[in-house]
Amino acid sequence: MTQPLVQARGLTKRFGDFTAVDAVDFDIEKGEAFGFLGPNGAGKTSTMKMITTVSPITEGKMTVFGVDPMVDGRSIRQRLGVVPQEDNLDLELTVAENLYIYGRYHDMKKSEINPRIEELLEFAQLTERRDSQVEPLSGGMKRRLTIARALINDPDLIILDEPTTGLDPQARHLLWDRLYRLKQQGATLIITTHYMDEAEQLCDRLVVMDQGKIVAEGSPRELIQRYAPREVVELRFNEGEQDRAVLELDGLASRSEVLADRVLLYTDDADATQETLHARGIHPEQVLVRRSTLEDVFLRLTGRGLID
Amino acid sequence: MTATTLSRSLRYAESEVLAYRRTWRGTVITSFVNPVFFLAAMGAGLGTLVDGGTGQGLPIPYVTFVASGLIAANAMQNGAGDGSFPVMAGLKWRKNFHGTITTPLGAEDIIWGRLIWAVGRLLFVLAVFTIIAVLFGALEVGPALLAIGPGVLTGVAFTTAITAWTLNQEDDRSLSSLFRFGIVPLFLFSGTFFPIPFLPDWLEPVAYFTPLFHGVELARKVALPDVGAPVVTDMPAWINLAYLLVMAGVGVYYSIRSLDKRLRV
Repeated sequence: MTQPLVQARGLTKRFGDFTAVDAVDFDIEKGEAFGFLGPNGAGKTSTMKMITTVSPITEGKMTVFGVDPMVDGRSIRQRLGVVPQEDNLDLELTVAENLYIYGRYHDMKKSEINPRIEELLEFAQLTERRDSQVEPLSGGMKRRLTIARALINDPDLIILDEPTTGLDPQARHLLWDRLYRLKQQGATLIITTHYMDEAEQLCDRLVVMDQGKIVAEGSPRELIQRYAPREVVELRFNEGEQDRAVLELDGLASRSEVLADRVLLYTDDADATQETLHARGIHPEQVLVRRSTLEDVFLRLTGRGLID
Repeated sequence: MTATTLSRSLRYAESEVLAYRRTWRGTVITSFVNPVFFLAAMGAGLGTLVDGGTGQGLPIPYVTFVASGLIAANAMQNGAGDGSFPVMAGLKWRKNFHGTITTPLGAEDIIWGRLIWAVGRLLFVLAVFTIIAVLFGALEVGPALLAIGPGVLTGVAFTTAITAWTLNQEDDRSLSSLFRFGIVPLFLFSGTFFPIPFLPDWLEPVAYFTPLFHGVELARKVALPDVGAPVVTDMPAWINLAYLLVMAGVGVYYSIRSLDKRLRV
């Protein structure tokens, strides 16, 4: 059996009294897209920083490519591609030069770097901006450039910390398309996100993190099957009517969640639930039937939403 | 510094060179034009008054005195500039340093790389200034070119010490204060424009402890080999040299330590 690319046991990160990552275990295998899903402050970025060897491990054990990051971080970083949460492109350099210097940091020769730059510009759809400054690029372009930069050394493991946060929907879809392409080429990806649609689109397997702990693990489909009935009936009531209506919802669904602005009924048969609703004489202002998502899984596991 | 650290630092310095191709225009005034203005205004202009004056004059033309001092003072200005705002930018504004350490490079490579680049730039800036001073007739070409050595060392001492200091600041407010209350007084009172013994008695000993004094002294001892007091003091040159070397060494050590601490949290 081959060793996982990343293996963590009891991995812990503390800042003073605050425990950011609380004794987590995970294995990340070659060729998979592995996600860390959780709200802001769940400990995702701290975990990424330990994997990228730039943050010392407080407690526990971890290996990346079989190597202890505290012992030989440099040899690990040689094989990593890192896309940080915040763009840190060099604004004094052009698009192509940003790729070039990271090639140099990875000790590549000019003759190796130059063809690679053209490939990556093509991949990031930035060929026409090759010699332009970084500053005037759109958010989506900067993000794609940051990803291209992370790929310059043909990394064995690509780490993306919140890759699409702050981008408009169109830019996000373009980025997902690029990441999906990488996945198809067999790259190993680690992605952190607080967007459940992103995790569902990109991740083969993921862990759900909350307050520094891993609360569930599996493929998006497994997690939904395990933690949420197939369908959700969302009810919205006229102002002031929700409290009274909630009292009459007993037994309607296998589980329900009462949120500030709506009630979620989890059920395996939405039609039957709706019929019972009518039979009881409950008439919400609005009824929406949808499939369960990772958002529902998260709600079930933590009692809170992913995005505050 | 080992051979591999050197190779990595050179690769980092390469990125600074690339960036400089686009930013050099912004440095022309402070690096090249201002020192020449000082040389012209103080040396040639004020110098006619000084040289024609009475009493305790200098055994050399005033323009020669100022030109030799400006080699070190100019180096200090450039070194302080390199060690302050660009360092804060890499750390907090543009965050380039944070990206760099996710590659095989580490904090020590960034510091050494920046230092290599600073030496290159100091050599260039001081060579241009020295040649202009020679053309002014202020200095003799041979000793003047040799004085670039002490000048570069002065710049290195300042850039490393100020880098270390900047890496321990939270924002740029303290950086502006550094120039207002540190660099400007040093520039004026460390012997560039008049010999230290001409200072009020109580201030004189203070001047001997300032780093720019040692830079100016050493540059003058090399640029004007046959001249003694009051142009230079009786302090042996090795003390000036040792002061600057220790300052640079301590600066590098704390720069690496501080940067590593700031980046690897």
